[in-house]
Amino acid sequence: MLKTFPVGGIHPPENKLTADKTIKYLPVPASVAIPVSQHIGTPAEVIVGKGDIIRTGQVIATSKGFVSSNVHSSVSGKVSKIDNIIDSTGYRHMAVFIDVDGDEWVETINRTPEVIKEIKLGPEDIIKRCLDSGIVGLGGATFPSHAKLSIPPGKKCDILIINGVECEPYLTSDHRLMLEHVEEVLTGITVLMKALGVDRAMIGIENNKPDAVEHLTGIAEDFRGITVHSLKVKYPQGAEKQLIKALVNREVPSGHLPIDVGLVVHNVGTAFAVYEAVQKNKPLFERVVTVTGKSLRNPGNFMVRTGTPVRDLIEAAGGMPEDTGKIVSGGPMMGKALNSTDVPVVKGTSGIILFPESESERPVAGPCIRCGKCITVCPMNLEPYLLMTLAGKGLFEKAENEQITDCMECGSCSFTCPAKRPLLDYIRLGKSTVIRMARERNIK
Amino acid sequence: MSTVILTTIICLSILALISAIILYFVAQKFKVYEDPRIDEIQAVLPAANCGGCGFAGCRNFAEALVNAETFEGLNCPVGGAEVMDEAARILGKEAPEVDPLVAVLKCNGTPEFRPKTSRYDGVADCRITNNLYMGETDCSYGCLGNGDCVSACTFDAMYMDPVTELPVIMDDKCVACGLCVKACPRDLIELRKKAKKDRKIYVACYNCDKGGPARRACKVACIGCGKCVKVCTFGAITMENNLAYIDANKCTFCRKCVTECPTNSIIEVNFPPRKPKAEVVTEAVNQRITKG
Repeated sequence: MLKTFPVGGIHPPENKLTADKTIKYLPVPASVAIPVSQHIGTPAEVIVGKGDIIRTGQVIATSKGFVSSNVHSSVSGKVSKIDNIIDSTGYRHMAVFIDVDGDEWVETINRTPEVIKEIKLGPEDIIKRCLDSGIVGLGGATFPSHAKLSIPPGKKCDILIINGVECEPYLTSDHRLMLEHVEEVLTGITVLMKALGVDRAMIGIENNKPDAVEHLTGIAEDFRGITVHSLKVKYPQGAEKQLIKALVNREVPSGHLPIDVGLVVHNVGTAFAVYEAVQKNKPLFERVVTVTGKSLRNPGNFMVRTGTPVRDLIEAAGGMPEDTGKIVSGGPMMGKALNSTDVPVVKGTSGIILFPESESERPVAGPCIRCGKCITVCPMNLEPYLLMTLAGKGLFEKAENEQITDCMECGSCSFTCPAKRPLLDYIRLGKSTVIRMARERNIK
Repeated sequence: MSTVILTTIICLSILALISAIILYFVAQKFKVYEDPRIDEIQAVLPAANCGGCGFAGCRNFAEALVNAETFEGLNCPVGGAEVMDEAARILGKEAPEVDPLVAVLKCNGTPEFRPKTSRYDGVADCRITNNLYMGETDCSYGCLGNGDCVSACTFDAMYMDPVTELPVIMDDKCVACGLCVKACPRDLIELRKKAKKDRKIYVACYNCDKGGPARRACKVACIGCGKCVKVCTFGAITMENNLAYIDANKCTFCRKCVTECPTNSIIEVNFPPRKPKAEVVTEAVNQRITKG
């Protein structure tokens, strides 16, 4: 019996079209726009000006505050302007525009292909390196990693959990990373273990990736304390709290973080980025992005520099199919439709999915028939139909009492609703309003 | 048989008497005094319960009026001066003069002026769209067109124009209760002082972007050029965040700014059509000649 989380969950069609496509390096684009806010928290502060000559890997914006992150240039060239650009949030935000000229890297970056396994840095230096290199969680939430690695006083971490679940349909970037860069990933995990001072790490992988499980298990034997666990396929197992419940059967209380139950969770992609930052001194400025879609000619996994416009990625995958109805950044369940193909790839872009028009239309919503399916599938034990009604009617205090902030917006409720009601749309509205209300209350 | 009935009647009567005495004392003990004037005032108020006065309903407002020292800051926008004077007469106080207001929409981005760049097929709710992204057009400040304000209006004073895809406010029905102002997630509706003949001059734009992006997004956007500020001789126009604002209290409806605005983002409503300039001059000259 394979492990999984006990409450709720769904199994959407997997559609992992690119699972056997090796990671290709996308050519450096002609120009990039690098947003200064690629992470959760305070946007970074731009330190370059128009006309500056930049090299690949150079810091262009520095972090402001603890929950913030440095932003590095992904290309070499000249800063053409600092202006607003529509990013994946759907709004305009500040970005540094660079006209590419060659590809000259900062000398301190080790560009040799060999895998360095010996870790020279101490725990504090590792955390400092993560901060300097702009490492953020690459699972999608882009929470600055140094903040996660700095354990608050009085708390203790005993196991590091590595998220290799990739439960979103279509996406295969983590899968490919685990197959092609397994030694780097495992070394990255060892680095994270050293930074946290733990001697155990558990990698959770869904068993729809048997090749990754097998490959990783074989090589993990050479690394001390790392074990690989195969999990039953169920969405949203890649969510932090669900993965913890599935792997070690601990429950993170509402409003708390995994560190409160002695755990830290990092993504496989983050482990790879940490390896590159700590062992090769390479800051985070490129990542694996899955570009996929049923009508796309050459879907694939690409190593992409941040700031590359989505348009270039679609071109690399064979051009935009004529029947495209929606372009989604991220997974099909939690991702967001883009309103422009100029949107740059950021640290959190795990995939670009092109949906044909027939699949992207939103169905007409019917009335709620009180079947309770949304309650059955909610992994957080919430009542989505109730939260939707409360948010729609503007009863936000009541929604707060119903723990609306526990919702992680996985979309299982909307996916399963037989009346096709837009449950998550309203819950998101309620959640953001309640969070804002709580913040205003705290200020008072 | 008759004794049974008799005993029953006597017993019940005694019980009723005792209960009546107890209830009398309880009623005396827990008596709540309510000013009879509250009822009187409530009868005068429009009973719309819209909350435009800032209170939960007309009854609350009536209580507030009775308890207040003066009427300062208390106003029923629905009833207007008529109702407030009547309430003042009942209470023997004086109602300060409050300018009647009317709602205006600070956006003129019809599909003709503001071309669409994407298509939104999600829930038709402005709050949700605003949370999600900048909207179907390239303007992240303008009207989203899902009609939250229209559904909020309890006076049937608004409707969505299917051609312009913007809400329309009917001046004769609008009571300035402010429900639409609260409903708009982009703060596009403003309550402005009502002028005679329902005349209005205002900046029908809320775009705080710089000139270039604002103009690219919408042909009638305020580009923050500042020409109106210079041309206004009454100091009624201020410029903040690349956006002009006309103070309704200072505006004299001279309409100079309307002609000056290069993007036509300043709107004049309910004015008679302008006469051609040459004609105006000749007319004035003729008048002087006849006077002389």
